Amino acid sequence: MAITINSQTYDLPDDPRTTLLDFLRHDLGLPGTKKGCDHGQCGACTVLVDGMRINSCLSLAAMHDGDHVTTIEGLGTPDAPSALQRAFVEHDGYQCGYCTPGQICSATAMLQEIANGWPSDASESLDGPVEASGAEIRERMSGNLCRCGAYANIVAAIEDVAAQEDAA
Amino acid sequence: MKPFDFQRADGLEHAAQLCADQDSKPIAGGTNLIDLMKLQVETPETLVDIHRLPLGRIDETDEGGLRIGALATNTATAVHERVRSDYPLLARAILAGASQQLRNKATTGGNLCQRTRCYYFMNIDQPCNKREPGSGCGALEGIARLHAVLGTSDQCIATYPGDMAVAMTALGATVEIADAKGKSRSVPVRDFHCLPGDTPWRDNVLEEGEIITAVILPPPVAGKQLYRKVRERSSYAFAMVSVAAVVALEDGRFSRADLAFGALAHKPWHDPRLSALLLGKEPSAKLFDEAAEVLLDSAESHGENAYKIPLARRTLAAVLAEATGMEL
Ligand SMILES: Cc1cc2nc3c(=O)[nH]c(=O)nc-3n(C[C@H](O)[C@H](O)[C@H](O)COP(=O)(O)OP(=O)(O)OC[C@H]3O[C@@H](n4cnc5c(N)ncnc54)[C@H](O)[C@@H]3O)c2cc1C
Ligand code: SF4
Ligand code: FES
Ligand code: FES
Repeated sequence: MAITINSQTYDLPDDPRTTLLDFLRHDLGLPGTKKGCDHGQCGACTVLVDGMRINSCLSLAAMHDGDHVTTIEGLGTPDAPSALQRAFVEHDGYQCGYCTPGQICSATAMLQEIANGWPSDASESLDGPVEASGAEIRERMSGNLCRCGAYANIVAAIEDVAAQEDAA
Repeated sequence: MKPFDFQRADGLEHAAQLCADQDSKPIAGGTNLIDLMKLQVETPETLVDIHRLPLGRIDETDEGGLRIGALATNTATAVHERVRSDYPLLARAILAGASQQLRNKATTGGNLCQRTRCYYFMNIDQPCNKREPGSGCGALEGIARLHAVLGTSDQCIATYPGDMAVAMTALGATVEIADAKGKSRSVPVRDFHCLPGDTPWRDNVLEEGEIITAVILPPPVAGKQLYRKVRERSSYAFAMVSVAAVVALEDGRFSRADLAFGALAHKPWHDPRLSALLLGKEPSAKLFDEAAEVLLDSAESHGENAYKIPLARRTLAAVLAEATGMEL
């Protein structure tokens, strides 16, 4: 019964009630992932499980035996930030910063979903191709709320990275 | 959360046996059940983890339809190529619900069985006949903005809140269910959810120990498929009214009109009188009005949800107009 988090392996918690979120923050001392609502409504707790974004507050750690979890700590460091981490700083994609780890984890997976050609509610056609337009980004990021209302700069940061990836 | 015994099911029969006790519950994606366990609305003594059972596949059926495994995630279903090309209504309905994070965990079976979002149901300090039979219904005289206008009872006016099942209702899909003895039965999605009546605690026809194994979509049919969801904000919100439609015209007249409605009742609403009325007729604003009249002839509002009746009328007309290429 083990779980891999940011390339390190840990034993699963003894208490099956422990959510993945509490396991990260409380048991493992990885406080980057945030608790906003604890009910799936805000996205602050977003992490990547085998590359897919999920709300860690609505998942039991015990159900992640064998999974690979990436948190904001695993995406980059202050010295070597990921492209999205850098873009959020450059575009002022936050005010208080509380929602930011969730926003960045979410956006990381979102860019991959767009690359996969997966449609969203905002897509004209279900068959793609999908463009990382403002409307698409806003719809796809709607599971991440920002109490400070930094949305305009969050979208700008993501658009910037999407354009860089497109050019690459 | 109340303490519980956590069991990993190592096969379907094992899962069904573990779930046969009335104090145990299966958990799939967990996005509804964990939420309700935190609120102590759900207090299972045994939680049966079924999420690793091999029920996640989406396969073609011999008839040319699709069999969507109970553990296929909502994301996997919505992005599946055959779903996108042949059942766009289903892809659209799923994509209109929740958030990408939630859809990545939410499963076919869990989505069908998700519980109502009634505020009284979700707050254990409030009266609720569904959660605590006989305690009364807080919503009847209270906050009922999202509540039902069709098929209600004096015991409960809750809605089934989901989107996916509304599309499956219009598509005429079937739920495949297995029991603890290894027997399997099929129930049309249209008959899967119950009306509250005198048994408001009952959401659907599942008996203890029964596990949903799949939903079967019939072979695709010609026509236009639309899902229109009206909500208080344009994303990440439950429906106030939704309409799912599979519509075809032949020689300018309706040759198919399979309609289902979300957020109006304790189940995705399907009224066979609607297709009977529409088939063979030419689309017109007057005909759409008549259809709405039929749909809503027994509708009853409870204070705050009165808006749903005119909203359902207008949304139905808008969907039929779009599906038939008419300008209203
Ligand atoms: C903030 C928020 C917004 C949401 N918005 C929407 C929305 O707009 N539209 C929408 O449709 N939904 C919405 N949802 C609900 C979401 O779609 C459901 O929570 C999800 O579909 C449940 O699936 P799950 O696999 O996580 O179920 P679980 O939480 O694992 O289970 C739910 C129930 O189903 C039972 N169950 C699960 N699998 C089976 C099975 N195979 N056989 C028998 N019983 C089973 C469980 O015992 C439990 O009672 C929202 C949820 C949240 C938290
Ligand atoms: S509407 Fe139903 S779920 Fe809501 S309080 Fe009344 S009985 Fe409970
Ligand atoms: S803390 Fe998980 S969604 Fe808000
Ligand atoms: S920056 Fe404060 S909540 Fe988003």
